[in-house]
Amino acid sequence: MAVAAETISGHRGLILEEPLLFEQGSPEKCGVDLPPAPPTGDHLAGLRRRGAIGLPGLSEPEVVRHYLRLSQKNYSIDSGLFPLGSCTMKHNPRLNEVVARLPGLGDLHPLQPVATVQGALSLMHTLAHWLQTLTGLPAVALSPAAGAHGELVGMMAIRAALEDRGDPRRRVLVPESAHGTNPASAAACGYAVDAIPADARGRVDVERLRAALAPDVAAVMVTNPNTCGLFETDVQEIAEAAHAVGAFFYCDGANFNAIVGRVRPGDLGVDCMHINLHKTFSTPHGGGGPGSGPVVMSAALAPFAPVPFVVKDGDGFRLVEHTMHAAGKPFGRAKGFHGQFGMFVRALAYMMSMGADGLYQASADAVLAANYILASLEGSLSAPFPGPCMHEALFDDRFLRDTGVTTLDFAKALIDEGFHPMTVYFPLVVHGAMLVEPTETESKASLDQFIATMKGLAARASAGDAAHFRDAPHRAPRRRLDETRAARKPVLRWRPTDVDRAAE
Amino acid sequence: MRYLPLTEADREAMLAVIGADSVDELFRDVPDSARRTTPVDLPMHQDEASVERTFRALAARNLSPASCPSFLGAGIYRHHVPAAVDHLIQRGEFMTAYTPYQPEIAQGTLQYLFEFQTQVALITGMEVANASLYDGATACAEAVAMACRATRRRRILVSGGLHPHYRAVAETYCRFLSLDLTTLPPCWSGDEEPSPRVDADTACVVVQNPDLFGRVHDYSGLARACHAQGALLVVAVAEVVSLGMLAPPGAMGADIVAGEGQSLGNAASFGGPTVGLMATRDRFVRQMPGRLVGETVDLDGRRGFVLTLSTREQHIRREKATSNICTNSGLCALAFTIHLALLGEAGFTRLAEVNHARACQLAEALATVPDVNVLNRTFFNEITVRLPRDAGSVVDALAARGILGGVPLSRLLPAWREAQPLLLLAATETVNDQDIDALVAALREVL
Amino acid sequence: MAVVRFTPEHEWIRVEDGVGTVGITDYAQQQLGDVVFVELPALATVVAKGAQAAVVESVKAASEVYAPASGEVIAVNDALVDEPGRVNAEPTEGGWFVRLRLSDEGELAGLMDEAAYAALLESLA
Repeated sequence: MAVAAETISGHRGLILEEPLLFEQGSPEKCGVDLPPAPPTGDHLAGLRRRGAIGLPGLSEPEVVRHYLRLSQKNYSIDSGLFPLGSCTMKHNPRLNEVVARLPGLGDLHPLQPVATVQGALSLMHTLAHWLQTLTGLPAVALSPAAGAHGELVGMMAIRAALEDRGDPRRRVLVPESAHGTNPASAAACGYAVDAIPADARGRVDVERLRAALAPDVAAVMVTNPNTCGLFETDVQEIAEAAHAVGAFFYCDGANFNAIVGRVRPGDLGVDCMHINLHKTFSTPHGGGGPGSGPVVMSAALAPFAPVPFVVKDGDGFRLVEHTMHAAGKPFGRAKGFHGQFGMFVRALAYMMSMGADGLYQASADAVLAANYILASLEGSLSAPFPGPCMHEALFDDRFLRDTGVTTLDFAKALIDEGFHPMTVYFPLVVHGAMLVEPTETESKASLDQFIATMKGLAARASAGDAAHFRDAPHRAPRRRLDETRAARKPVLRWRPTDVDRAAE
Repeated sequence: MRYLPLTEADREAMLAVIGADSVDELFRDVPDSARRTTPVDLPMHQDEASVERTFRALAARNLSPASCPSFLGAGIYRHHVPAAVDHLIQRGEFMTAYTPYQPEIAQGTLQYLFEFQTQVALITGMEVANASLYDGATACAEAVAMACRATRRRRILVSGGLHPHYRAVAETYCRFLSLDLTTLPPCWSGDEEPSPRVDADTACVVVQNPDLFGRVHDYSGLARACHAQGALLVVAVAEVVSLGMLAPPGAMGADIVAGEGQSLGNAASFGGPTVGLMATRDRFVRQMPGRLVGETVDLDGRRGFVLTLSTREQHIRREKATSNICTNSGLCALAFTIHLALLGEAGFTRLAEVNHARACQLAEALATVPDVNVLNRTFFNEITVRLPRDAGSVVDALAARGILGGVPLSRLLPAWREAQPLLLLAATETVNDQDIDALVAALREVL
Repeated sequence: MAVVRFTPEHEWIRVEDGVGTVGITDYAQQQLGDVVFVELPALATVVAKGAQAAVVESVKAASEVYAPASGEVIAVNDALVDEPGRVNAEPTEGGWFVRLRLSDEGELAGLMDEAAYAALLESLA
């Protein structure tokens, strides 16, 4: 498809080109009104800044227009189906945003006297209760800032517990299909990582895992449901085998949406699991954060959970902020202040809105939607493992063999169809993976449109129309971008050119 | 349930296509002993009004700093966030977008992060910045790990003036990475002098500006001492508004800056979520954790932006990654960058000047209260005062009078006996004359 | 007369007068995609056979380059700092990584010759 002729302005209809802030504005403009500052004595140790910083000045209308135009170049879950596997791109309820901004919640300072924040501590305590009840584990560390941070905290607690026994151990077993944060978190705790392959059914090869288990294994880290979208049928055997050698069972909770409200990881033998509030519990992804990754823990690990945590104290609550004030043996502090409180508010509002019955229905609908996609597309795409799947459906690139179209090309063509691509090339255990997670907040009409589009694209590829895919997308605000150039000659910030400098 | 679009008819039609009689069949891989047939023991669903009522009741049990004179600082600062910021970050295309892994449909996110990286590099006086980290404390810990990687050394020296949370998180990371971290004791009398303790085994020295007590320092001499030994200087910045007026860490010779950006664009939110900042010199960029956005062109030759240098990250290097970090603090970084865009050069400078002026006014007013000693000779917008008795009980008494009168240092340093009578007081542009008068009057009563 | 050997991890080593030049094969550079950065060892580093000698990064992957034989690093290809793309364009010539003074030429006996490596590539196709 030929690119439309250039316009005079450079804009193309509602696709409005927008330069950088630094390419606009002038130093004397300002988008806020501030009173003049009265002159003061010098209390700055003579360190007042000399010279300009180089920030551009713009008025409020210019700033609002700048960011509105930028926003129009983004796809989002509000825009349409966002089928990213293991990301759980579900609808972000707007009630969450209202309650998070209530005076007395959104504006609290973390170090106010504890007597003045009893409502906030009560909220955290209630959230902890919901997480503990939903997972069947008795303790939770709320402070980790994101899922990966929660993994790190969980592994730190495991290491601290083992060190307390006098036996820190050396290795952690991680499936080959695991998300990259798993081995990275284990390594950050000083453990060597041994990879366990998947079997022909797409699950962890339990025999290989048993063979690798030994008294020097600190933990096994398993995602359940796993990254192929399948429930680990042998999960209880894996837990028993790990416990038999004195190792802990860490569960990556990224896929909790498949089972929330109807299966409790504690009942499966899990000792420790992080939960992504921005996945399962609807807090917004924000274009890459902020997230929140509380970690539920067994009774054996609970004493080692990091500070701070909330403790019920008679009719009220207090905060334990220092290891010296804790009854157990916290391994220390993992984050500034108390955790992502703004996300606690949003997640609890979602939980209360959905209720136990709503969550029970949500996991059912999430699994139903993924199986509907799997069953509908099995004839057109190639699925490496037979169903049923859990909340996400995995395909590989066998159906593209001899078409000249790669998984990447297929994904880029999906962009022209108005969809964000599914997760591609993950998990690594199949070739050219495509992982589709629709979530429970898609209507049947939305799912049907996606299915029809995927079938159409698959047919187009089989018919030999590789050219359609090769240079896709054609209709997005930008065509394919040169990532090689970005990595070879990194330009990571704007710099004034000689022309700009001469003009000053 | 308002967030679930599927109807019973839809579910039946979908099951028919799948070839299953019920959803339970789809869960057949779950062991019977673990599969629930009824919801867990938690409340059932509620309508919006009921949920909102519950949260308003929770909010009512808290004392909002917006409703009373408030002098709280110690790493989180109350500033006025322009109305446009909160409206813009709630646009669905920003708030409900994902990490920009498909750059063709994420140029909004990628461009604002590129602009954010530029702003952070400019205000810190450094060459390059990343697209944000979780918060100041974890940014500081990551900076320490980065310095150890870059120098291939294991010993770290931490100033007694570093925020105790930053120090505690760095200690945690160092414990598990087997790095050797030593913290100098917090000292009020005299200046601490870490330079003589820097040697050929030192990876980095970590300091903060303004420090925990609000004091302002020139770290140029320390930077030279570090560099002479091949060590790096890490400077933490807990109050970014100070950079509107102070010489930045880059000008003093810092190698890595780890900061907290909450002051711009972000409400206090009981301490989270906030936005961690990291900036460094070009030669260390491949050691820097977190996401990086780079400029490039597309197939039509148009300028665009992409995530780059990703091979440092966990999704590719796995156990050899520079860090396990998967996310940045996207929407909080957006709030920061919009606020700073509205302020611009003139506004950022003016905002800093107003803050400093307020703090000067506060210090002068406190000097009139008997038995209250302002200890700082230098400060930006936060000071340490010595009270005649335990600061914690004074703060509680002030709170009972509806004044949030600062943070007792013992809350952050419970084991340091000298902390008992010390109080940290911050004065930002949100503090007015009446607030200061009310604080002074209350202190006279309480002391 | 130079002797060329290959490893199963797709490194090549060309040995002449006790010095081995090490690089990655054309197959390896194709698998990696556009090379964007190469991390080279310091001169005088001693590497054991099978240990990491360098790291090669493309946009989507990072791979260790292992030493096919033990030795001391006597030269590194500085040209790769500014032109990492040479690894793609000339994998067996201008895209070399390091030169090692070998400590034990006997280690070469365990490596594949050109014919054996060609057979390996056949089996991967």
